[in-house]
Amino acid sequence: MIKLNGIEKVYQTEKIETLALYDINLEVERGEFLSVMGPSGCGKSTLLNIMGLLDEPTKGKVFIDGESTVSFKDRKRANVRNRKIGFIFQSYHLINDLSVVDNVELPLIYRTMSSAKRRKRALEALEKVGLSARTKHFPSQLSGGQRQRVAIARAIVGGPEILLADEPTGNLDSVMGGEILDILNKLVKESNTTIVMVTHDDSIAHQSDRIIRLFDGSQVN
Amino acid sequence: MLKNYFKTAIKVLWRHKLFTFISLFGISFTLLILIVIASFVDHTFGPVTPEKKLDRTLSVTMSILRSKSGGMAAGPLFSPYFLKRYVKSLKTPELVSLSSFHNPIITYKNNRKFNFALKFVDGEFWQILDFEFIEGRGFSTEDVEMRNPVAVISRETRDKYFEGESALGKTIEADGQNFRVIGIVENVSLLRIMPYSDIWVPLTYTKDDLNKICIMGGFPGWYAMILARDKSDLPIIQREFNKHLQEVEFPEGRWVSVNTGANTYAEAITRSLFRQEGDTKSPLLIFIFVLMFLFMLLPTVNLVNINISRILERSSEIGVRKAFGASSMTLIWQFITENVIITLIGGAISLFLAILVLMVINDSGMIPHLHLTLNYRVFMVSLVICLCFGLLSGVYPAYKMSRLNPVDALRGGQQ
Ligand SMILES: Nc1ncnc2c1ncn2[C@@H]1O[C@H](COP(=O)(O)OP(=O)(O)O)[C@@H](O)[C@H]1O
Ligand SMILES: [Mg+2]
Repeated sequence: MIKLNGIEKVYQTEKIETLALYDINLEVERGEFLSVMGPSGCGKSTLLNIMGLLDEPTKGKVFIDGESTVSFKDRKRANVRNRKIGFIFQSYHLINDLSVVDNVELPLIYRTMSSAKRRKRALEALEKVGLSARTKHFPSQLSGGQRQRVAIARAIVGGPEILLADEPTGNLDSVMGGEILDILNKLVKESNTTIVMVTHDDSIAHQSDRIIRLFDGSQVN
Repeated sequence: MLKNYFKTAIKVLWRHKLFTFISLFGISFTLLILIVIASFVDHTFGPVTPEKKLDRTLSVTMSILRSKSGGMAAGPLFSPYFLKRYVKSLKTPELVSLSSFHNPIITYKNNRKFNFALKFVDGEFWQILDFEFIEGRGFSTEDVEMRNPVAVISRETRDKYFEGESALGKTIEADGQNFRVIGIVENVSLLRIMPYSDIWVPLTYTKDDLNKICIMGGFPGWYAMILARDKSDLPIIQREFNKHLQEVEFPEGRWVSVNTGANTYAEAITRSLFRQEGDTKSPLLIFIFVLMFLFMLLPTVNLVNINISRILERSSEIGVRKAFGASSMTLIWQFITENVIITLIGGAISLFLAILVLMVINDSGMIPHLHLTLNYRVFMVSLVICLCFGLLSGVYPAYKMSRLNPVDALRGGQQ
């Protein structure tokens, strides 16, 4: 499903050069639930962003569905993100100007689809995360756990094969975090979605199929 | 897709009410002033009643006279003799008219005092200009030669002097003479200096000596209007007149050279604005364009600035949109749509305000008989300006934004 080949990422700032990732080789199977662990600053988010085509590696190749993405232009990359990938961020990243249902519809407006169908699918996604009663609210009117559930609905509304979640429970207490995890687990079972999740929490990581650990940009096992 | 852009744009503008208000205010205010200026320009230069044949009309008005000792006189200072001898004698034109600029006069009726503008004109005056007659007619060349005591008055003059009653055939006193009213015309704006007056009478009634051999006349001066048979005759007439000028005699002895020309309307205005000599090829238009450009530049830069800061503020939204499938092109179009919509709304508001402002200016009486209108030309120009505005202020920020890497955008726009 996703294959990383010799990935290296260097952040170049005015004064210093940070080697955020070094020689990462990784393959994630279809339907696999993978956890990425490691101390803060070890390169977990960088790895996830590169997998999701939000960022480009300095060296190495990312394959999605067996296809190398090196030559992909902006439009093609946008299309892959739109069709195949759903993101869930630690700080939700909802658009505050849009209502809950409009936020969830977001990935669908970059496809050709009637607005009635878009609305229907957004409402279905919201039902899956248990937020049918809050569709007309704005993000600022919701609790952290509810916001993250909106973000999950947005990530799954387009039926992506891959979910990339960067510390989805990081800003939540353990009860809410547990709920979020239950939802994700259910999704993998129902639709055979591939999930790569960054987490600090051992108990959460242990619910996944496989754990990889990073330390200072390198994979340790 | 366009429908989506449109919907999103409306939602975004609605949610960012403060920004929308500031932008709308800036756009409508700038456009409002532009439209009002354009309307003034149009009203002053455009072919409006009674000067409908402006495109084939020339005038001889301003001149610069120089004396041997280096002295100089400039302004509308020709004598009727000069104009008759050197302009009336032109062969190419269809018609040449000789008339005075308007004289301020005071007249009394039933112990009431009236201030009017009085103009001495010939028969050709009524043929070259297309006055809108409410009643009656203008006077003929014969009326002028026979010194028939006839007058044409404006609607306002009738309303004041005859208190709104029909004036045709009645007598009006002007400059110590009684005239019989034979025509009533619609009011003319002071900005149209050639036709403007309240009362028009035959030029044979002037107290100036029409036949006195001299170059320089008295206040308020005389001018000639030249009507060509066809637009293409204009340069021929100008050449013919320049030839006449080379043969000018200077009976006063004081003057040794004269600088003038048969000018189109824009050229004539330029001459009077800049007291320019010689070639008068439309620097006025260039001047107006430069002025307008500078005037547009400021609010455009300002709007670009507002847009850029708004984009940075919305960079996390851009990051989110990119993460979920928006390409750079999509986002550029999204932004341009937002800008075009907001400028069009601003344009609509400014048009509405412009109509109000023009009404207020017209009614204020600052300029007698001013009747500014918002015609289709002004409207089209404004619309084009609107769109340029929207594109100018939208394209650069949109481009800048599209360069943003999604991760950087999510992080808040710092690269
Ligand atoms: N945009 C950036 N510019 C410079 N350095 C960065 C940037 N993003 C991340 N880094 C650095 O790269 C390293 C890895 O960061 P990150 O992937 O966010 O770690 P994690 O998610 O594991 O906490 C850190 O040292 C961080 O400071
Ligand atoms: Mg991180």
